[in-house]
Amino acid sequence: MTSRLADAGGSAGVRRSRLTRRQRRRISLGIQYAVFVAVVAILAALADWHTLRQNFARGEIAREMFPDVLTVALKNTVIYTLTGFAAGLVLGVLIALMRLSSVPPYRWVAMAYVEIFRGLPALLIFIFVGVGVPLAFPGITIPGGTVGKVALALALVSAAYMAETVRAGIQAVPRGQREAARSLGMSSGRAMVSIIIPQAFRIIIPPLTNELVLLFKDSSLVLFLGVQLEDRELTKFGRDLASTKANITPILIAGLCYLVITVPLSYLARRLEAHNAKANA
Amino acid sequence: MSPDPAPPTAGSAVRDRDNAVIDVRALHKSFGANHVLRGIDFHVSRGEVVCVIGPSGSGKSTLLRCINLLEEPQSGQVFLGGVELTDPDVDIDAARRRIGMVFQSFNLFPHLTVLENLTIAQRRVLRRPRQQAEQVARGNLAKVGLSEKAGAYPAQLSGGQQQRAAIARSLSMGPEVMLFDEPTSALDPELVGDVLAVMRDLAAEGMTMMVVTHEMSFAREVANRVVFMDGGVVVEEGSPEQVIAAPRHERTRSFLARVLDPAAAAGPIE
Repeated sequence: MTSRLADAGGSAGVRRSRLTRRQRRRISLGIQYAVFVAVVAILAALADWHTLRQNFARGEIAREMFPDVLTVALKNTVIYTLTGFAAGLVLGVLIALMRLSSVPPYRWVAMAYVEIFRGLPALLIFIFVGVGVPLAFPGITIPGGTVGKVALALALVSAAYMAETVRAGIQAVPRGQREAARSLGMSSGRAMVSIIIPQAFRIIIPPLTNELVLLFKDSSLVLFLGVQLEDRELTKFGRDLASTKANITPILIAGLCYLVITVPLSYLARRLEAHNAKANA
Repeated sequence: MSPDPAPPTAGSAVRDRDNAVIDVRALHKSFGANHVLRGIDFHVSRGEVVCVIGPSGSGKSTLLRCINLLEEPQSGQVFLGGVELTDPDVDIDAARRRIGMVFQSFNLFPHLTVLENLTIAQRRVLRRPRQQAEQVARGNLAKVGLSEKAGAYPAQLSGGQQQRAAIARSLSMGPEVMLFDEPTSALDPELVGDVLAVMRDLAAEGMTMMVVTHEMSFAREVANRVVFMDGGVVVEEGSPEQVIAAPRHERTRSFLARVLDPAAAAGPIE
């Protein structure tokens, strides 16, 4: 503290520290690099590289996974995620509009929905859809087979989050926009559809993209629905193969497949966010 | 730049209520404990330009917003062409089509081009076919001098251009009366003139207008009648010569002294 004060008043005050600011910065950076190198070196020394390669990076097992890991597993992951996202978005917009409704019961239902489904682990919802729905509504099957079930489960999970995002987006549209629309004779609903929601969506595209990334990962919970061979997605596919081969390599490959999708999506979300920030500046 | 406005038909129209496009009776409006309008009687006759002036917080913008029911008054009546808008059984959307409104902050729709801003309500509300809507829109853009900006987005326009586009948007609905809520207050001084010129042209064409403004020279030149409000009541009204040049009330005099002589103003007016 005292040395910093001395620095601040450098020209006028007395120098109490023996180190210049430049020297201190050099030492600080040096320590940080040294710690980094030490940790990496210790980890590398402790790891059993032979076993690691045997368990994680067996080329012939990895090769065996292709093309099915792409044509079946990755494809199914994408299909589950996109259908779940689309259904969740529709439900989310509906719940957001209910939360903004002037009819109190709609608001109560929407609030209860958001609170309940945000508070539950996604896994529980998958189990509920897989086991609970058939028990609760015997004779009714969810249309679309596995895709339908996964879409329903993912939609139920994501709608709660998306409803909050959509609501925030709608409320972020300036009040004057609604007033201008109404003063032109638009009904409340027309103003919402033509003026407010298009602007709200521009605001919330970055957070929705992040939600899509989360859903990609959540789609792995299909595991717990008990799916058939041709319906397997990345995690189930990798896990099945890993236990057959008694080797972790398939999990590693499945993980890489997730990253191929999620890393560019996250990058896109950041770009969109930066773009919005610039547009609003 | 702008043609001279139609000569005002002086104070003769002051109580001519049979010809009123807008007629406001005993209007009260509160925001919580804040009693903003305290019994307003006010009217605008067909073809008349009425400028409402007064200090900030006097309720003039609230009065304007009550006329197309963007604010709902607590009591009193608003008539448009003899139809009571404050009657809960009246289709307010239909009434608002006949009342053009121009906001201080323009409120163009940023996600639409200028042309789309002018056509969306024509198409969605009046159900005009696209071609007809665009024809009307282009006519009005030409009128406000923005023909070449039809394809631009609002963010690409200057404030003055945005406000002129907003005026053209209102005109495209074919309103019987235009309400202006401090249309030049958000503009850089050098952009005010273009907007006022457009409004002068409108007045010269015989458009019925109610203008809440701080532009005293505009009020003096264009208004048929000037209404001075303070503390939620109409303090005095009459021809610009009466109200601006020879105010009878002390409150009007001190307001005008502050507005007309900026050096005497303690701070910015709104």
